[in-house]
Amino acid sequence: MRFVLVALLLTFAVPVHAVQPDEMLADPALETRARDLSKGLRCLVCQNESIDESDASLARDLRILVRDRLVAGDTDEQAIAFIVDRYGEYVLLRPTVTGSNWLLWAAGPLMLLLAGGVGFGYLRTRAYTPEQKLVALSDAEKTRLAEVLDKDR
Amino acid sequence: MITEFGHFALILAFLIAIVQAVVPLIGAHKHWYGWMAVAEPAAKMQFLFTAFAFAALTYAFVTSDFSLRLVWLNSHSAKPMLYKISGVWGNHEGSMLLWVLILTLFGACAAWFGDNLPPTLRARVLAVQSAVAVAFFAFILFTSNPFLRLAVPPFDGQDLNPLLQDPGLAFHPPFLYLGYVGLSMAFSFAVAALLEGRVDAAWARWVRPWTLAAWIFLSIGIGLGSWWAYYELGWGGFWFWDPVENASFMPWLLAAALLHSAIVVEKRESLKSWTILLAILAFGFSLIGTFIVRSGLLTSVHAFANDPERGVFILMILAFFTGGALILFAFRAQTMEAKGVFGVVSRESALVANNVLLAVACFVVFVGTLWPMFAEMFFDRKLSVGAPFFNMAFTPFMVILGLILPIGSTLAWKRGKLRRAAHQMRYVFVLALALALLVWVMQTGRSLMGPVGLFLGAWMVFGAMLDLWMRAGRKWSRVLRLPRADWGKSFAHGGLGVTMFGIAGLMAWQVEDIRVAKLNEPFTVGQFELELTGVNRVQGPNYLSTMGDVILRTNGEQIAVLNPEKRNYPVAQMPTTEAAIDYRFLRDVYVVIGDPQQGGGWTLRTYIKPLANWIWAGVLMMAFGGFLSLSDRRFRVGAGASKRRERAVPAE
Repeated sequence: MRFVLVALLLTFAVPVHAVQPDEMLADPALETRARDLSKGLRCLVCQNESIDESDASLARDLRILVRDRLVAGDTDEQAIAFIVDRYGEYVLLRPTVTGSNWLLWAAGPLMLLLAGGVGFGYLRTRAYTPEQKLVALSDAEKTRLAEVLDKDR
Repeated sequence: MITEFGHFALILAFLIAIVQAVVPLIGAHKHWYGWMAVAEPAAKMQFLFTAFAFAALTYAFVTSDFSLRLVWLNSHSAKPMLYKISGVWGNHEGSMLLWVLILTLFGACAAWFGDNLPPTLRARVLAVQSAVAVAFFAFILFTSNPFLRLAVPPFDGQDLNPLLQDPGLAFHPPFLYLGYVGLSMAFSFAVAALLEGRVDAAWARWVRPWTLAAWIFLSIGIGLGSWWAYYELGWGGFWFWDPVENASFMPWLLAAALLHSAIVVEKRESLKSWTILLAILAFGFSLIGTFIVRSGLLTSVHAFANDPERGVFILMILAFFTGGALILFAFRAQTMEAKGVFGVVSRESALVANNVLLAVACFVVFVGTLWPMFAEMFFDRKLSVGAPFFNMAFTPFMVILGLILPIGSTLAWKRGKLRRAAHQMRYVFVLALALALLVWVMQTGRSLMGPVGLFLGAWMVFGAMLDLWMRAGRKWSRVLRLPRADWGKSFAHGGLGVTMFGIAGLMAWQVEDIRVAKLNEPFTVGQFELELTGVNRVQGPNYLSTMGDVILRTNGEQIAVLNPEKRNYPVAQMPTTEAAIDYRFLRDVYVVIGDPQQGGGWTLRTYIKPLANWIWAGVLMMAFGGFLSLSDRRFRVGAGASKRRERAVPAE
């Protein structure tokens, strides 16, 4: 419900632009960490944008929150955990490898094994089947062949 | 009045499509030549009527006829002419009309150029093509009719979304649809072949040019879309792994796989059922793309006419055609007996490896795109799958593909020697490795992505060049006389390398600077010096602009004046940013202006984007390679030579 409210408010808000100079931290090392973290967090009211790219004011609040946590001495993991606790795992652009999500992460490698196995099996059958004898043309094909040959003449 | 004619023409086209979907199919089954012959004139008429309907809608947009609901919602009398025209497809209803226009265009092309197809196959292809058209005509007429009038015409329109008022995006949808819908030809051929019960080398020869054409258009369409995102969205991202982008990328991957597997069918009469399956899936993914964009099932930056009723309709179309074709496939696949024999190490096997990698990569994109929906439905988890996931899960497949491509594409047909192929490539490998090492030493302490990208790019580009050289028997005089198909192959493979290097270089070496820039106070970013010298208000045709003047210098020498803008479109009440970009061969300098700050100065974002142009140059090379291949002599028989067209088609 809260998101809907925020979304409504945003419709009337003037958009500001992605990361603002006034948000940036003086310490370049902290700021780099903040940027990296922001790139992995979703702007909740946007469509598939990270808070680092988003113009929405909620994204700005989150960017400032991330920086506040880092300044307070949190590690990257702690800062992310702090935000996930409040906004749910929906904010993570890179889904965790917990619970059913292993299926998502393993989908590619498993499929590669499967497809590679099937493909290799197929190649072996192709290599060990004897070459087929040529079959004579059917009557329909013979007439068609005659037609084609006549056409080009 | 013209609008009503257009509406009427659309209904007529719908009725013709129904006839064309049924009569030739029965004719082909019973061998009634008269019934089969219905398909050709019907396909041409269907196209002409749809083209007329489309022209009528365009006319309404051009003349700003606001009594038409669609025009009122998406146009404005002050809009420049280009965007009045592109406004026709800048909305759900009009873009669907463009979609069927292209669908019927491909059908008509099959009728025009297909006179060397066996008559039953041609009748079946046209009937299947028309069956797809019937579904989409019905979709347009019953759920998204563009020709609805307003009882009281308003004085002026509501304007097109300003983000769409851009030349890059004006031509993005037509190309994309030419690609999506072009795959319907491969689908129709696949289903017709299943009905016919035979697939042979000739069939692959007919299918390949259509798939190639669709793939070229899709490449250009995706490239344009990504270029547009790069310069328009204001931070120079070029690919967001957005559901809608993925929806266009998946058919592209499958079409690329299909192109390659059709070669095996053509040369060796093997891999037939897989090729048929790919053709069905490629078009199936185009339909899934349409469904994703228009159902509102997945949120995306492209959100376009989100309407559950329409979503259900498209889902039914998708289920009917993909499901139906797959059931048909299940019944008929075993009749496609493979004929040719080839060794485990051979060009054929390399093409199988290509197919495995492309198909699995497509599968990864598919799972990632739909996972949020699965997770919510089955595991009750609300989560996001964004760019970081795709970058990690998708990239390895492309790296493997890039690694094996130069070797695989020079392996001998039928029975190859891995050692021999590797031996031929040794200098290319050493050269690529040396370049990568050089760059790795020069960049000191940055990520490995840049050198790895350079290695892959050089490996593929030089590999493609060496391939040409060897094809020509190591003689310069013969290189230019090689068949265009060989040139096409090398261009396309080299283009992929260029794109990979561009992406890796941009991601690894980008420099970014965000600051409050005061007037006439120069600052440095990387090796450049920038100075904001003024900010002006400028009145555009249908917008107000805040335009900055930024001077760009290197070593104290002025090289460009950049004019980043912030526009406000009063009718649509929407601001847009227009980045100013200094395009150069090795790098772009990308400047965006933000808001004025208290205490003077403006927010100014500067990015140095190395190799940005290489990404799209590579895409263009791939498309050009496809075009060269398409224009090869060999295909002119299959695709229909222009010379043969004048002769009237005999009624068989």
